[in-house]
Amino acid sequence: MRNMDGLDTTMDTTAHHGTIQKRPPASVPRLTLTGISKSFPGVRALHNVSLSLYPGQVTALIGENGAGKSTLVKIMTGIYQPDSGEIGIDGQATTLPSAHAAFGHGITAIHQETVLFDDLSVAENIFLGHAPRTRFGTIDWRTMRNNAREVLETMRAGHIDADARLKDLGIANKHLVAVARAMSIDARIVIMDEPTAALSMKEIEELFLLIEFLKSEGKAVLFISHKFDEIYRIADRYTVFRDGEMVGEGLLKDTGQNEIVRMMVGRNVDHIFPQREPKIGAPVLSVSGLSHPTEFDDIGFELRKGEILGFYGLVGAGRSEVMQAIAGITRTSRGEISLDGQTIAPKSAADSIEAGIVYVPEERGKQGVVIGLPIFQNVSLPSLKRTSKSGVLRLAEEFTLARSYTERLDLRASSLSQDVGTLSGGNQQKVVIAKWLATTPKVIILDEPTKGIDIGSKAAVHGFMAELVAQGLSVIMVSSELPEILGMSDRVVVMREGRIAATYDNKGLDAETLVRTAAGIVA
Amino acid sequence: MKNFLKYREIWLLAGIVVLIGLISTRFPGFADPANLRQVFNDTSILMILALGQMVVILTRSIDLSMASNLCFTGMVVAMLNAAHPAIPIPALIVIALLVGLVLGAINGFLVWRLNIPSIVVTLGTLTIYRGATFVVSGGAWVNADQMSPDFINFQRAALLGLPVLSWIAIIVIALFFLVMTRTQIGRSIYAIGVNPTASVYAGIDVGRTKFIVFCISGMIGGLAGYLWISRYVIASVEVANGYELNIIAACVIGGISIAGGIGSVGGAVLGALFLGIISNALPVINISPFWQMAISGSAIILAVVLNARGERRQGRIILRKAEAA
Repeated sequence: MRNMDGLDTTMDTTAHHGTIQKRPPASVPRLTLTGISKSFPGVRALHNVSLSLYPGQVTALIGENGAGKSTLVKIMTGIYQPDSGEIGIDGQATTLPSAHAAFGHGITAIHQETVLFDDLSVAENIFLGHAPRTRFGTIDWRTMRNNAREVLETMRAGHIDADARLKDLGIANKHLVAVARAMSIDARIVIMDEPTAALSMKEIEELFLLIEFLKSEGKAVLFISHKFDEIYRIADRYTVFRDGEMVGEGLLKDTGQNEIVRMMVGRNVDHIFPQREPKIGAPVLSVSGLSHPTEFDDIGFELRKGEILGFYGLVGAGRSEVMQAIAGITRTSRGEISLDGQTIAPKSAADSIEAGIVYVPEERGKQGVVIGLPIFQNVSLPSLKRTSKSGVLRLAEEFTLARSYTERLDLRASSLSQDVGTLSGGNQQKVVIAKWLATTPKVIILDEPTKGIDIGSKAAVHGFMAELVAQGLSVIMVSSELPEILGMSDRVVVMREGRIAATYDNKGLDAETLVRTAAGIVA
Repeated sequence: MKNFLKYREIWLLAGIVVLIGLISTRFPGFADPANLRQVFNDTSILMILALGQMVVILTRSIDLSMASNLCFTGMVVAMLNAAHPAIPIPALIVIALLVGLVLGAINGFLVWRLNIPSIVVTLGTLTIYRGATFVVSGGAWVNADQMSPDFINFQRAALLGLPVLSWIAIIVIALFFLVMTRTQIGRSIYAIGVNPTASVYAGIDVGRTKFIVFCISGMIGGLAGYLWISRYVIASVEVANGYELNIIAACVIGGISIAGGIGSVGGAVLGALFLGIISNALPVINISPFWQMAISGSAIILAVVLNARGERRQGRIILRKAEAA
């Protein structure tokens, strides 16, 4: 059996609760979360996690995708309610039953995609919901503008015109407006969820100046980022999450990058991957020089018969975009794709499906199943050309097709005429995979195939992947889950910022190498 | 989903039966088979139009230009008939279908290739097609005495106890039923209405499918143009002015979701019948036409509320299943 055991013992010495690193706090925390747990049907998002934010300090929240960071932010901003655990502000126990309550406590979040109003002016955005009033109860525009200018001045952002439409500002300036809004409501806790994801180097510098300003104002800042250089540059403390649990916290000046990487990736054995004896043949799909004006550049790789090729990288590294280009959904500017030695130029998803390449998208709900249609119609959707004769459907053929593929995937459903929306997440995922297999592809691209599904369904999907390649199919698996990448892939391509950073043979490959390559840390 | 749709249609059918029952207490002859046949015949054009509109609405679009298309095409065939009475009626029907197809294709092309929202495109063509009617007719009417007897009597001829108009409606209903349940295009229409993104990934050309549905609604508008003119034996610029709202009302009452993807041929037909019964019955039991409008309006809101409740119930099933899983 190939499992994660070796990885666990060689790399992870801190995974068990008894050895969590704890250091005494510097002062009284502004916000404390203690023993927070949150579950969704079939998924345990957070288990007994704790987090403290201190006034005048920046705490970095670090963890892989799916570690539970976003769930925690939603609990802190009152959007989700924890199943258990305590929230304390300035030492007082409290609850955050709504977004409004969190706002009232001075907690504000600046998201990757800032939630502001494009068609309102800067001043209106800053004071929306708490605009100064005249004595007739109407909005006092003059005071609002002056106050807005004042707030922007104190932030050294006087270059932003308070009357400008928000949509005319760049992303960095939008962040400034969001911070100005936080200042105007006297926010005391500022959460920044990957604020640098879409910023240029210069804009990031400006953002850092702003964070320094927030620190000097005594705000408690939570900074969420995947980028180590930024974390070390701006944060004072760190908290590491892994699989919904808190695995370490402390001061960054005492902790090295490698130590944090180890905390992020070490994990308990909870999943055994199927054993395979890969029979790898000749190249099936080869891609060279594939480029897109904004998303990726000069992508080249080969996929061989019977191979599982893992694609690892941070969110936004351009993995899904490359796959969508190969699947004919996004157009490329340059480059060549060839399948079985023949150059193909897919102009639509239909072209790629015809050629034998299918893409199983990441967002099951939005891009995968068609809720409202029965299971068998979902399965046959991309194969309608085959199951119909000159445009007329043959229902018997559709049922046969759907039955043979859903049975192979062990789908749990009372009938194939059942609405796919009534299935659990894991079973919906099986329907999605069945529908793509039914097109009898040569290459199947799975984008985050097990994201957000329960352990049992994960194992079924992994087992099935192994079966597929054993039958001579070739699989590309885009995944942000390290155990999955290491447990399933024959080779791993790591992408960073739209380019291929490295390609590894999965022999003796360890998780740390992958994380370092993806994050651009020089070992 | 299928079961659920049936459920909704049965509700509508039950509502129609109750309505007929209520009307019968005031006007005993109403439930006579002969009268019901008459009501069906009177509603035929609306049923046909509602089906054309349904396929458009299913794809999350709308065709506001159907009544103007009807008006324009009706004028064209009426003028043709007045000028060349020798053209046989089946040929005129084919011409009506083709003229309607061209008008629908213009809508579809603008939606597909220029990516303009259908409500904007068809709001424009609603006016343009009616304006074009004025241009081709010079504002003149075509009256009954200018139309050939065949033109007027074709749809009134009895065939196996029903007028030809009713048979045309039955054939159109059957065709739509087959297309929506048994063909690739029907399946694609539902799929892109429910989940356009997933449909793109599945290799369905969403733009082309929308183009096709506008071609269908256009042909239906054209067919209804001939049927309308030969039924009311007058062609003018004012024909069916504002009728697009009745067509959409029939669809909404029939349970076709304006958000797309949900709805059935049976629903559209029953929705049209419901409106047909109200407009037929209320005058004979001495209720003012203004009440008639209020009742249709209330029926629309009631239908939307019931459908929204239905959607919620469906949501709960998902939750229950998810919890059980």
